[in-house]
Amino acid sequence: MKAYFFTEMPYPYVPEEVERAYGSSRVIVPNRYCDPAAAAELYNRYLDEYEYADELGLDLMLNEHHQTLTCMDAAISVSAAALARRTRRAKLVLLGTPLPHRDNPVRVAEEIAMLDCISRGRVVSGFVRGVPTEIHPSNTNPVLNRARFEEAHDLIVKAWTTPEPFTWEGRFWHYRYVNVWPRPYQQPHPPIWITGSSLDNVPWVADHGYVFASFLTPYDWTNSLIDVYKRSCAERGLPEPSADRFAYLALCYTAETDAQAEAEGQALLWYLRRVRHPQFNAPPGYVPPHVQAQTILGGARKGYGDSFETLQEKGIVMVGSPDTMIRRIRTLYERCGIGHLLMMNQAGAMPDQQVRRSLELFAREVYPEIRDLGEQPAHPQTVSSERRSAAFRP
Amino acid sequence: MEPSSRNGEANAGAGSVSTWRASDLELEVFARGAEGAERLLVLHDLDYVNGVEYPFTEGLAKRWRVISPSHPGFGGSSLPPSFDSMADLAYVYLDVLRLTGPAHLIGLGFGGWIAAEIAIRCTHDVRSLVLVDALGIKVGDRTTRDIADMFVVSPSELVELSWHDAQRGEHEMPLPVANRGFDEDQLTRLLDNRKTAALLAWNPFMHDPKLRARLARIDCPTLVVWGASDGIVSPLYGRAYARSIPAARFELIGQAGHYPYLEQPAAFLETVEPFLLGVQRA
Repeated sequence: MKAYFFTEMPYPYVPEEVERAYGSSRVIVPNRYCDPAAAAELYNRYLDEYEYADELGLDLMLNEHHQTLTCMDAAISVSAAALARRTRRAKLVLLGTPLPHRDNPVRVAEEIAMLDCISRGRVVSGFVRGVPTEIHPSNTNPVLNRARFEEAHDLIVKAWTTPEPFTWEGRFWHYRYVNVWPRPYQQPHPPIWITGSSLDNVPWVADHGYVFASFLTPYDWTNSLIDVYKRSCAERGLPEPSADRFAYLALCYTAETDAQAEAEGQALLWYLRRVRHPQFNAPPGYVPPHVQAQTILGGARKGYGDSFETLQEKGIVMVGSPDTMIRRIRTLYERCGIGHLLMMNQAGAMPDQQVRRSLELFAREVYPEIRDLGEQPAHPQTVSSERRSAAFRP
Repeated sequence: MEPSSRNGEANAGAGSVSTWRASDLELEVFARGAEGAERLLVLHDLDYVNGVEYPFTEGLAKRWRVISPSHPGFGGSSLPPSFDSMADLAYVYLDVLRLTGPAHLIGLGFGGWIAAEIAIRCTHDVRSLVLVDALGIKVGDRTTRDIADMFVVSPSELVELSWHDAQRGEHEMPLPVANRGFDEDQLTRLLDNRKTAALLAWNPFMHDPKLRARLARIDCPTLVVWGASDGIVSPLYGRAYARSIPAARFELIGQAGHYPYLEQPAAFLETVEPFLLGVQRA
């Protein structure tokens, strides 16, 4: 089990009544509520926390959202670049670049190849569709989101793995000459991770042998997604995927005692309790109409409105003393068989000192006890940086 | 494209429904009125796929053969995998017109945009054009949202924008929301219609920046009808539409929003029928 520190870099200073007045925490809350001086302090604080997590021996995960107070990381390659130079050891999991929303996938291939070289092969390249609200800031077609994702992915992987210029005349993107400099440090390319919370893209992830990541889903839901991945492998006669093919993101907080963790960890709920705009969250065609119809009629929900206790029972929130955290993470491993724990260990106004203390306790007392869970020989797709020059022919 | 044989035709209310087939398209086509009569091709809006069940159909079907297809990807019509633009729909309807022979075109809202896309390409089979609260053009400056964000506003705001009598709209408008009593299949169909509309017209939103200049090519008699209370596309937008078409006349219908043919069917008929008769006499 590998553990990763993650913060969405929230801007926690917008009064709740403002959010409620606009009916949303995203897209339309006016940016006059963002004080650039406060943002500067927050960015530097969050990046310092990432550096500290690196020093403690954790790996790091970053993400990207747009026009939202929940996440000020509006350009994942910018934050990753800051960390590539200031960290020395940690993997930098970009989870992820929202491919359908990018105008220029070749630029994505360049940015990630550059980051991979600067970090000397520490980049994990996650690709995501973007949550439904992202449709509005980029104004990309919600119906074509998946098709754009797949074409951008195909183009980027080809750009990373083709050692000479090639032409791309696809449905969405056209280039006469694609010839990315630099090539990625890791060969043939950095590991690729893909997120999802519904069944429709899991077989595609399995077919490619990529790591599948599920965010804030209840145990049973996570399990059903992982089962689909495993079934896809079995149907194709591939070996049973190992734990390192699966990642799970939970809201995590470790403190000296359970009571303290329960009290301080409540701050994590800030992320779940933001005002969600029903229409911005349901652009037409982003999910298949029959699935959307089931949702309208009261279908499956992640249950972000659940109580703190219920969220912990579902595995979405994991807080506790070091002993409790060890037990909870073992339960997660036993129930879902995941090999990467993405810890959203900061949310809302949770203060820097608490975040650091939590990470210290985790690194010192929890991590050594869970490290061996699911550890097996590396999957063939996980290419270590030592092999980087194998494909290089001058 | 070929209409299916007569035994493939079924009754649909007071009319009939049949399937017209092209290589990768199945088009559901409703019809009402005497077969030998002059034809009206009615192109529906995006949230209403009503075939020949509009309050005006009965009146018009006394004189005309009313033909009302469900657009590709709407209602019971399939969506060919290559389709992603309004031009794809325009070419389907140019084929339909070649089959039926000359017809009057009545385009409602989103369907009005399709009608305009047809007429800028070829009016050989278009006897006249009636645009009703049509989408499709850019009128204001680049920081003005000419067309309401119908997929983002709340259902009740959408009704407010679309109807003069919002109370009636609240009751009648077939929106894909929980409290309207729709089952899963009905909701899926409504959401499918919106999915197709988004596929065709998300960006630029519900218009083509080049359409307005191309409207000058339309050389058939044209009537632009607008609901005075339309909050989706305003009457000012409608007047700009009419000014852009050389032979167009503009008519405002009072006490009506985006659907004057639903809210004021009598006034709608009184406006449209004399126009159509005038074209036929000329």
